[in-house]
Amino acid sequence: MNVPDTAGVAVGAVRLAASAVTVVPDGATRPILRDASLEVRAGEVHALVGPNGAGKSTLFGVLAGDIRATSGDVSLDGRMLGSIPARELARRRAVLLQQNTVAFAFTAEQVVRMGRAPWARTPAEAEDDRRVIAAMVATDVMPLAGRAVASLSGGERARVALARVLAQGTDVLLLDEPTAALDLRHQEDVLRLARMRASEAAAVAIVLHDLNAALAYADRVTLLDGGRVVASGSPAEVLTAESIEAVYAQPVDVFPHPLTGVPLVVPRR
Amino acid sequence: MTLARPVDDEVVVPTPSTHLGSRFAVTTILLALAIVAAAVISLGVGQYALSPAEVVGVLLQAVGIPNDWAPAAPTAAGVILDIRLPRIVEGLLIGAALAASGVLMQAIFGNPLADAAVVGVSSGAALGAAASLTFGLTIFGVWTTPAWAFAGGLVAVFAVYLISRSGGRTEVVTLLLTGIAINAIAGAGLAFLTFLGTTSTREQIVFWQLGSLNGALWQNIALIAPLILVGMIVSFAVARRLDLFALGERTARHLGVRVELLRVVVITTVALLVCAAVAFAGIIGFVGLVIPHLMRMAIGPAHLPLLITSALGGALLLSVADLVARTAVPLADLPIGMITSLVGGPFFLWLLVRTRRLSGGWA
Repeated sequence: MNVPDTAGVAVGAVRLAASAVTVVPDGATRPILRDASLEVRAGEVHALVGPNGAGKSTLFGVLAGDIRATSGDVSLDGRMLGSIPARELARRRAVLLQQNTVAFAFTAEQVVRMGRAPWARTPAEAEDDRRVIAAMVATDVMPLAGRAVASLSGGERARVALARVLAQGTDVLLLDEPTAALDLRHQEDVLRLARMRASEAAAVAIVLHDLNAALAYADRVTLLDGGRVVASGSPAEVLTAESIEAVYAQPVDVFPHPLTGVPLVVPRR
Repeated sequence: MTLARPVDDEVVVPTPSTHLGSRFAVTTILLALAIVAAAVISLGVGQYALSPAEVVGVLLQAVGIPNDWAPAAPTAAGVILDIRLPRIVEGLLIGAALAASGVLMQAIFGNPLADAAVVGVSSGAALGAAASLTFGLTIFGVWTTPAWAFAGGLVAVFAVYLISRSGGRTEVVTLLLTGIAINAIAGAGLAFLTFLGTTSTREQIVFWQLGSLNGALWQNIALIAPLILVGMIVSFAVARRLDLFALGERTARHLGVRVELLRVVVITTVALLVCAAVAFAGIIGFVGLVIPHLMRMAIGPAHLPLLITSALGGALLLSVADLVARTAVPLADLPIGMITSLVGGPFFLWLLVRTRRLSGGWA
């Protein structure tokens, strides 16, 4: 069995890369993503931010392998995404989508366990129980273990889905607005988890709406607007009052947090 | 991985899967026992009545074990082995096939209302079978009728699948409306064939639409048993991947499932199972709807145990329904499709109302 050995990947190595990706939907003439490039490195949390319709979801879909780029390349560990068999891909990267509905009355524990499916009949199967429990504890869904996911609240469902993604045990993570349905504490928990996985040399790409979360938790931010990457770099470089105002058409103040010094974005009201 | 916040070391890990595992074992054993009981009773009941002991005696004799239970009259062996047994075996096989096809369809549609008869796959298969008969086709020899049923079922199930899905999911209302349309088209085809046909083919077409195990023959069973066996083996092989389908297609793909391939394999398997069921017994509705639903309530939605218990449950339902069909009205053989629809129709309504309430609309 082909078990990827990524334990030795050096922090800073490029894991997932998009280069000059353009996406023109079938039947459309205008691209919804134009010439976008991005590198997600081991040990980094890489936030994708931008207003609605900026192309974040499209870029995310391209990185996840769901949307085929009309032109440009996407690679994982230097290999073209399309050339990696589905099962092997699932052992290298995990994806959390915004929509996490579950058909039928599968319990939270069963759903989290599905995250281990790519490892069936491999030596890593021995870790299934440990990984499932660790993921459920980390996302605070242990009390929901025996409940049907369909009966849970939106926030609980989102956490169960995140537990499933963590249980997959990959060190490339793609998270599409993982905090959207969550309350304040669980939002911070999820971002801390992303941070923690990065400190364990995982490469984390995360779509965020909350610019303050990006400033506080990301190592690198890519700002999209109108289907283009308008800026990419450290959060403080990218998320300036000028760039935010230009992209979101909303005046903001950006000033350092009085205690931590981390920049804060506050809309001018 | 470190913990988000301190957790009590004594944390008890709930294991609902073990709990469901024991329910699966109990359900399987109960179903198997019920099938044996139903078969023995059914073999004995009828115009020529035999006690269960006499039935067991005849069966033992047939496999070469001499015993005192078997009645002396040679008629008994004839009635049981040539008339009643093939009918029961055919019922068990078809029941298992229909229930399994229901599980498969519900899994790929992500929708508990999918059933071969409801969405028109059975009608498609019946149309194919009726066409082969009306036009006197023999191109595949003895396999002609099953082959045409397979073709009709395959076209219908692909059509339903392609039409009723958008954005990776199937809405209840779209699925049911698609089913109405497919049933209407197949119904028109069947009506036309009835019009074209001779008196004898007309009778057979009518009989298909009603569904009946009357006149089951060992040679027909020899044709459909391998089809059902293949269908079952494929179903079991893909069962774990069907679980992942419950998370939606994109997520299933992210978990390593080759979604397009799985979809084609499952749809083809559905057509195979339904054609085997329809080829000689006609349209027997709602088995694929009622049984998987009851089994999910009993043992949960995981597909491997669900397929096993559903196959057994479908077999049991048809053997009991056929017993009723044969004996409810003296000297009459009611169509079994009528019996299953009588049970399945109200059940379907209940399910519809419940689904609507749970999903807060027709989504």
